Amino acid sequence: MTTNPKKLAKPPEHPLDDLIRTERIPHIWCPGCGIGTVFSSCLSAIKATELPYNQFTMVSGIGCSARGAGYIKLDSFHTTHGRAIPFASGIKMARPDLKVIVFSGDGDLFAIGGNHFIHAARRNMDMTVICVNNLTYGMTGGQVAATTPNMAKSTTTPLGNPDSPFNLPLLAYAAGASYVARWTILQTRDLTTAINEAINHKGFSFIEVLSPCPINYGRRNKEKPIDTMKLYQDHTIIKHGANPAEADIDFGKGVVIGKFIHIDKSTCDDRYTEMHRPCIDD
Amino acid sequence: MKPAVLTGEHYITGDVACAEGAIAAGCKFFGAYPITPATEIAEHMAARLPDIGGTFIQMEDEIAAIASILGAAWTGVKSMTATSGPGFSLMMENLGLGVCTETPCVIVNVQRTGPSTGLPTQTGQGDMMQARWGSHGDYELIALAPSSPQDCFYQTIRAFNLSEKYRVPVLVMADEIVGHMSEKVVIPEAKKIQVVDRPKPSGRKDRFHLYEAGPNGVAPMPAIGDGYNVHVTGLTHDERGYPAMTVEAQEEMMTRIKGKIRNNLDDIIETESYKMEDADIVVVSYGVSVRTGLSAVDQARAKGYKVGLLRLITVWPFPEEMIREIAKKVKGFITVEINLGQVHYEVERCAGGDAKAVLVGSAGGKIIHPEKVLACIQEEF
Repeated sequence: MTTNPKKLAKPPEHPLDDLIRTERIPHIWCPGCGIGTVFSSCLSAIKATELPYNQFTMVSGIGCSARGAGYIKLDSFHTTHGRAIPFASGIKMARPDLKVIVFSGDGDLFAIGGNHFIHAARRNMDMTVICVNNLTYGMTGGQVAATTPNMAKSTTTPLGNPDSPFNLPLLAYAAGASYVARWTILQTRDLTTAINEAINHKGFSFIEVLSPCPINYGRRNKEKPIDTMKLYQDHTIIKHGANPAEADIDFGKGVVIGKFIHIDKSTCDDRYTEMHRPCIDD
Repeated sequence: MKPAVLTGEHYITGDVACAEGAIAAGCKFFGAYPITPATEIAEHMAARLPDIGGTFIQMEDEIAAIASILGAAWTGVKSMTATSGPGFSLMMENLGLGVCTETPCVIVNVQRTGPSTGLPTQTGQGDMMQARWGSHGDYELIALAPSSPQDCFYQTIRAFNLSEKYRVPVLVMADEIVGHMSEKVVIPEAKKIQVVDRPKPSGRKDRFHLYEAGPNGVAPMPAIGDGYNVHVTGLTHDERGYPAMTVEAQEEMMTRIKGKIRNNLDDIIETESYKMEDADIVVVSYGVSVRTGLSAVDQARAKGYKVGLLRLITVWPFPEEMIREIAKKVKGFITVEINLGQVHYEVERCAGGDAKAVLVGSAGGKIIHPEKVLACIQEEF
């Protein structure tokens, strides 16, 4: 009778375990990566809606962030590079009652998938797009992305990036998104609230989340993981309702975060139903 | 609301017949992108789908069009897109996703002449090998070739049925002439049209495995929201659908997804024979070129040649065994196709030296004249 009952006890369940394919853990994300934090915020936000889980689906493209779809215990789709949004649009238009979340990275959504992003925003397709922006192509080892700051080093710009990055909130707003926010992984509570708000928002909602990639971005740009977090803390300015045109990422000047846009306008599926399915919807 | 099946006699184009076939087969979602000579399919579906509670969406490009139909398919609906050469090229990557994730859907390619922009308004059959091998990696899929508007109607229905039964993208390889010509199309009563729906899972949801196949190699397919919590990935995956980065998982997955086609060839392959009973020369053809073949056979018969026609309705998987058997009995094959040799090389491979194999092809733009086939018969046999 020497057995310590505490040793036999099952470890306590994590409050998000019911949304995780625990048999797939450990995940692939590197130490210091921020994707897990964004993912966890996303799960908390889903939970906070109190909607049945079978009302949700998650779609992703290719890349580190896109692996999130493989860990969430929902109907989930890990598709081709850049194509999460049109795949998700097919789901949404065929089943307008579903809550569709696209969880992917900046390379996937804004380089190879950029065209799909602007068109889904233009239509105000009712879905939530969460972009983990780590300023680089992490999975392939740190190549320059459409979001890499000017003069930042990457494996394909060893002397520095000659080009300018996208301002993603401005791009989303200009294309027609009806909810636009930006947070960093440091503000997890604000981020969780924002994702919850975006899920509940009827229309194309976009949340950019700045997230460190210490292995493939920080290392080449003399930015230690703690330095990145300090930038997120000391060089960001929370300004709700800010003009997205002021949202360029320049930590020297301060990066604007917060909720830029939250407006009501008709969605793609609403208009289709109204124009083409008047009898069926009754 | 108009009925789904427009029973009666119609005078319509192959493109419109294709769309009506899709609707008769139960298609409820069309992801479009305009391209000559397939645009009319999209236009017809845009007008017809709301009639029957379906959804039409014109996407921003062909990549998005095929992505949207794959997504829609997982909501439990039958979905399709239609395109031509350049758009078909753009669809290749997601065609592979459809094969790998075993997503039923139908892709119509109303072929025009290539390469590149080619002759956009003129016929061709130059995408046949792309249909077979265009997406990267090894795989099996099904491709059918209609040769008339009536056939467009039936082959599109059959495409949906095969797609649902085997959970594989099915290609309808039409061409500009078949797509744009108008002929009489008879649409039968709805109850006389055989419609197949994908196998659905039953039993305990906590023990469900997404790719646990039944006896024919095909696994039941739940829809989003059914409560099975599926994970669907284009990565090599195990029976649960989870990524499995091992050579063993790759071998197992490939064996099954190729096997479900290779082990059911009798059900999938459909051909038609014309005057083949005593033939010692066989014209092999598919799609619009069947019309060339039929006329050539009659003209050659009138001159005393024992010629028959083998029409490939299913082009992929290729009827290898049938060609091998015929090769033992005949002098040779003449493959008629509007390209400079694609299916011809398959015929030659299967003839295996037992019979001569020659090509009557063309660089594209118009139907091949039967006299060209007749001249070949006279020259070669």
